[in-house]
Amino acid sequence: MYLTLRDRPANGQRVRVRQRVATIVVLLGVVSMLTDISTESVNAVLPKYLIFVVGLSPQAFGFVNGLYNGISALVRLLGGWIADRADHPKWVAFIGYFASALSRVGLLFAHSLTAISFVVTGDRLGKGLRTAPRDSLIAAASPPETLGRAYGVHRSLDSLGAALGPLIAFWILTVVLDGYRQVFMVSLCFAVVGVAVLLLIVPDLRPRRQLLGTLGPPPLPGRVSLRHLANARMARLLMAASLLGLVTVGDAFLYLELQLRENLANNYYALLMVGMNVSYLIVAVPLGRLADRIGRVRVFVGGHVALLACYLFTAGPFAGPALSIGCLVMLGTYYAATDGILAALAGRAVEPAVRTSGIATAQTFQALAGFVSSLVVGAMWNQIGLQSTIRWFCLVLLVCIPVAALVLRGLERQSVPA
Amino acid sequence: MSLKVRLIALVAVCLAAVGGGVGYLVASRNHQKDVARHAPPVAQMSLAAVESQPRIVFVNKALGSSYGSVAMAPLSKLDGPRAISSTSCDRVYATAADVLCLSSDPGVVTTYAAHVLDNTFKATQKLPLTGIPSRARLSGDGKFAATTSFTSGDSYAGTSFSTRTVITPVAGKSLGSLENFTLIHNGESIKPVDRNYWGVTFAADDDTFFVTAEWSKHTWLARGSVTQRRIVTLHEDAECPSLSPDGKTIVYKQRENLPAGRWRLVAFDIASGKVTPLAETRSVDDQVEWLDDNTVMYGLNRTGTQTATSDVWAVPADGTGTARLLIPQAWSPAVVR
Repeated sequence: MYLTLRDRPANGQRVRVRQRVATIVVLLGVVSMLTDISTESVNAVLPKYLIFVVGLSPQAFGFVNGLYNGISALVRLLGGWIADRADHPKWVAFIGYFASALSRVGLLFAHSLTAISFVVTGDRLGKGLRTAPRDSLIAAASPPETLGRAYGVHRSLDSLGAALGPLIAFWILTVVLDGYRQVFMVSLCFAVVGVAVLLLIVPDLRPRRQLLGTLGPPPLPGRVSLRHLANARMARLLMAASLLGLVTVGDAFLYLELQLRENLANNYYALLMVGMNVSYLIVAVPLGRLADRIGRVRVFVGGHVALLACYLFTAGPFAGPALSIGCLVMLGTYYAATDGILAALAGRAVEPAVRTSGIATAQTFQALAGFVSSLVVGAMWNQIGLQSTIRWFCLVLLVCIPVAALVLRGLERQSVPA
Repeated sequence: MSLKVRLIALVAVCLAAVGGGVGYLVASRNHQKDVARHAPPVAQMSLAAVESQPRIVFVNKALGSSYGSVAMAPLSKLDGPRAISSTSCDRVYATAADVLCLSSDPGVVTTYAAHVLDNTFKATQKLPLTGIPSRARLSGDGKFAATTSFTSGDSYAGTSFSTRTVITPVAGKSLGSLENFTLIHNGESIKPVDRNYWGVTFAADDDTFFVTAEWSKHTWLARGSVTQRRIVTLHEDAECPSLSPDGKTIVYKQRENLPAGRWRLVAFDIASGKVTPLAETRSVDDQVEWLDDNTVMYGLNRTGTQTATSDVWAVPADGTGTARLLIPQAWSPAVVR
């Protein structure tokens, strides 16, 4: 049996009725916004806290980074699988959000490096666990033809939170002298409200049961197995996402290069992030709509052209504040064009019964590719410097974009075997 | 649960969170204001009265309106009245002629600056400083200034963080980051990309300095030359060196196998290479300053609810005796004779 998952309206058939984005999407956006305020406010002050209050030496700092990489990927896949298996994505997402909120409580009491590493890892694992189930809920709540816009609305609220977080944190530090505990406390409050909105208001959508209801006789396997992820459409998506992920320079490196070039003090790091998130939140909805109209693959691939522009602005022959701002705008555009869109593509590339696993798998592939690329960037940086490294990535990305476009061509019209 | 019940529960959670968050902020702010208002006023004297005699210049850490201001007290009576200036610094160092001040201006974007001031606290030179202030030193005759700041202390999600140390001739052009100096280790010139330097201390010859060098997670005591733009490693596991006035001993902090973020002060005899732990058993995260030929002093944060305040302590530099409180409510001491 074949399900045809055509997301785009047939030619000439423009959707005239402006559908509102489902309430649950907005609610999930609010949950993400509150949680991101919570996370990013802590992230913004954590380096200073570690240096001045915990008293870390430069060597010890890297330790906090190294802890979680492999586990996070595993947790993400596991979360997707459990969410599909139980057909309760909301509750898996809830555990993820709850873990992050709990880690804020831990932060109030953690005074040693080991304890803080533990808390930070808990927060990241929570994030890994919740992302795919949440994206799956968005897909379940949205009609396919407006899925891009739904993700756009969600990501827009999400990045609003990421932009507000550091600003709130720095504001608190100006109000209360050395008010790190106060930042952690306020962060906890935001996290608690986020978790409460999810727990109390977001309905427990059950994608598999929903489908059973509409299609009558179950077209679905009784047992959800990861075997159901293996199809040509998914394979092509994973191939393209990994390829592009491998040639992506991590944000941290880009911000660092901008700081070095513009000779910015290190607190501007947080401000660069705020700038990127502001541009992300502005273009997320328009790009989501565009994806619904002209096709998600095109927007996804096009997003990498924006990334290419960002690299050029960062490491190109010309410098200046205008180009730095341009880089942030392009980076925000890249995220707006790829992050939610990848979830939309992955969610539609597999049967709804394994949708969360599908989304989780695509995100894991992308994250692991990004991890590998960060190792490569680190090694190349040692040899030829950061600017030259970004230039090389620029060149390779230029080659990889058409390849990925070719791999993904016609993806959305391809049918999914059931 | 009906929607109504759930909505009421949500409103309750929101109110509790907003109330708790805002309440805690307001309470913390009021508490700080109260502490500042009710802090026993520190006894003060005029700057002119101190400037005529040997003194210690430091950052005033007594809570109140002049918290963070540069202050000084006569060497003859350090726990008595202090003279407080209107200049604020996170880290200060001084010679008879100049004051080196690293400062930060907190805000939505905190900015950092390093200035050389004359002895009336008027800025005469601006030095490059790109991050959170860490260490400051002037050479004995005030010819060179050295600053260390934390750079790219970005999010923990990013790359690891590092320090930047810059030596600048007073009233001259900066020599740039020490990372551009030649690094010699075991007789060979090496260029590890993750090399970091912090905590400069100057010798009397206006050329030699000592500094912490770090790469591959190991720290080294190293000797540098300004004119040759060269740094040679001497001894492993040493941070924030401070050279004695007679140029024979270096006191630095040593990691040993202590937990991260804890150090032990030790004295290193340059001629023999012998390392002697000092009597201070608490962890010290500071670059010590020599009070005289036999004693070092350093800042220690108070614990518990008074972490915003620190005191300057002193301990003999030969491993004997015990640590004693030298200047209460003070930080970043420098002797001026």
